[in-house]
Amino acid sequence: MSFLLLIAGLPTAAAAAYLLATSSTGASLDAIGGRELMVQLTYLASSVLFILGLRSLTKPDEARRGMQLAALGMVFAIVGTLLNSEILTYSWIVGGLVLGTVLGYPLGKFVPMTAMPQRIAFSHMFGALAATLVGVGEYYHGIQVPDAAGIERFKMGAIGFEVLFGALTVTGSFMAFGKLQEFITGRPITYPGQNFFNLSLFAAAFGCFVWLIIHPESTTVFYVMLAIGFAIGILMVMPIGGADMPVVVSLLNSYAGLAASATGFAINNDVLIIAGALDGASGFILSIIMSKAMNRSFGNVIFGAFGSTVTAGAKTAEGLVAKSISAEDAAVQLAYAGRVVFVPGYGMAVAQAQHQVRELAELIEKNGGEVKYAIHPVAGRMPGHMNVLLAEANVPYDKMYDMEEINDSFGETDVVVVIGANDVVNPAAKTDKSSPIFGMPILHVYEARSIIVLKRGMNPGFAGIENELFFDEKTNMLFGDAKSSLTKLVSEVKSL
Amino acid sequence: MTATQIIQLYVFVLAGFVGFLVITKVPPLLHTPLMAATNAISGISLVGSIVLAGGQYGSVATILGFIAVVCAMTNVVGGFIITDRMLGMFKRAETKSGPTDTTGAGGAS
Repeated sequence: MSFLLLIAGLPTAAAAAYLLATSSTGASLDAIGGRELMVQLTYLASSVLFILGLRSLTKPDEARRGMQLAALGMVFAIVGTLLNSEILTYSWIVGGLVLGTVLGYPLGKFVPMTAMPQRIAFSHMFGALAATLVGVGEYYHGIQVPDAAGIERFKMGAIGFEVLFGALTVTGSFMAFGKLQEFITGRPITYPGQNFFNLSLFAAAFGCFVWLIIHPESTTVFYVMLAIGFAIGILMVMPIGGADMPVVVSLLNSYAGLAASATGFAINNDVLIIAGALDGASGFILSIIMSKAMNRSFGNVIFGAFGSTVTAGAKTAEGLVAKSISAEDAAVQLAYAGRVVFVPGYGMAVAQAQHQVRELAELIEKNGGEVKYAIHPVAGRMPGHMNVLLAEANVPYDKMYDMEEINDSFGETDVVVVIGANDVVNPAAKTDKSSPIFGMPILHVYEARSIIVLKRGMNPGFAGIENELFFDEKTNMLFGDAKSSLTKLVSEVKSL
Repeated sequence: MTATQIIQLYVFVLAGFVGFLVITKVPPLLHTPLMAATNAISGISLVGSIVLAGGQYGSVATILGFIAVVCAMTNVVGGFIITDRMLGMFKRAETKSGPTDTTGAGGAS
């Protein structure tokens, strides 16, 4: 890694040396060239460091160091930009950088891991707002300032894209943040003609966009497009339920990246184009993975308003009785089990029970049992949500298994403990064609020898679908808050 | 379209391709840190914001630029700190041949 650092750092150092050499000889024309060269080389270095940083995330052991390199890349980009010859006053810049640092530090340092989905949604909003404001500023500068040179079409296209995508990401992320923080209801909000209305708004925004490319000087159209962009963000996320948030948050991640990339086109800056394209690709891939894990298309997530109504024809639980189990009995079962798999879900995050899970797992391991964690791609409210929570509770990452890795071994598992997960273990996804989640890949928990489900009560999960697994004869329900149930289990196992 | 703009499109497409190849290899284990990381990197809007805030484009542009600098810098600082914090938590299990076992067998001889 230090070798790579050297490669990335070299051009910067070379450029600095060149700048010093040219500026000391006082060759004024060359000095501008040297400065520009240095700026471009710092941007090149930061682009390389960003790619290396993201690449390091493919290996958990190297990830931390790699991301520190990416942070260094950001420092390069900032320093390079500060050398830009167009900058005449630094007071606002310094003020903004200081204020941003003051705001950003606590957002990075103190936000708990359980609040991570809303924290990420919140920062998408900030990133998109920055891109949108730059777009508006560029437009204003190019059109509305007296004697402005105007904006040529390619640049107008870039600004239009930037502002439209930026604006809808700002309000869309705010809505996602609100739903995850639960000051806006997590249930889908729908009304008749919703999809038609949203599509017309999209069409109107697209119309404005095309109009602006032909007539960049139409300021009213520009601000109307901006307003429509903000409206689309709100209206688009409104009908999407909490369980679909992983797709939405990933998609907004992609949009924020694309808006940044468009900024790069608008202001002729390659590092913005590259970083934006990387972010755009990342968000896009994540949203595809999430959609696949729910067996649904993008269009279905965005226009489907899943979970608002219980689909007629889906099996109901009438006449079925779930078996309940006491903490004492469950503890006995766990204490002498050879192979145990924990399946965490959003309920674990809500109860913040990850530390108790780890404690229980350590006790089982002490008794000679083997413990694994099975994590469904859409468990929780964002990609990788469960992994981060378990890692926070000191669960080693080599005990966390993806769905594909673990699905074949449920048959040899003595006890599966489902903690606040529902739809991702619902066998109806495999067996019941009328179920709305039919076809969604699930964890094959039903193959295990016995199953303990930790759950608050018998109400159906987020998708509003009954879960046959809970009525399986191998299944025992341990009702109550996940955290207190696990605490009880821990003390019971200890006292055995 | 100018030659520069054509090159910019090349840069965009190729960078997107690199992003695609790299990110498809990131394991689901690290998807949340990946999102936090791309969030921090999207703070690169800072580059545009700084020029807008510091160039003499009139007071409207300066104020818009200033707000944009604050937003982008918040993402950069918060994003990289939180990514680092998260990645610091991902640890391997201590191997069974821990330091206490090996010192007796291998260390003495």
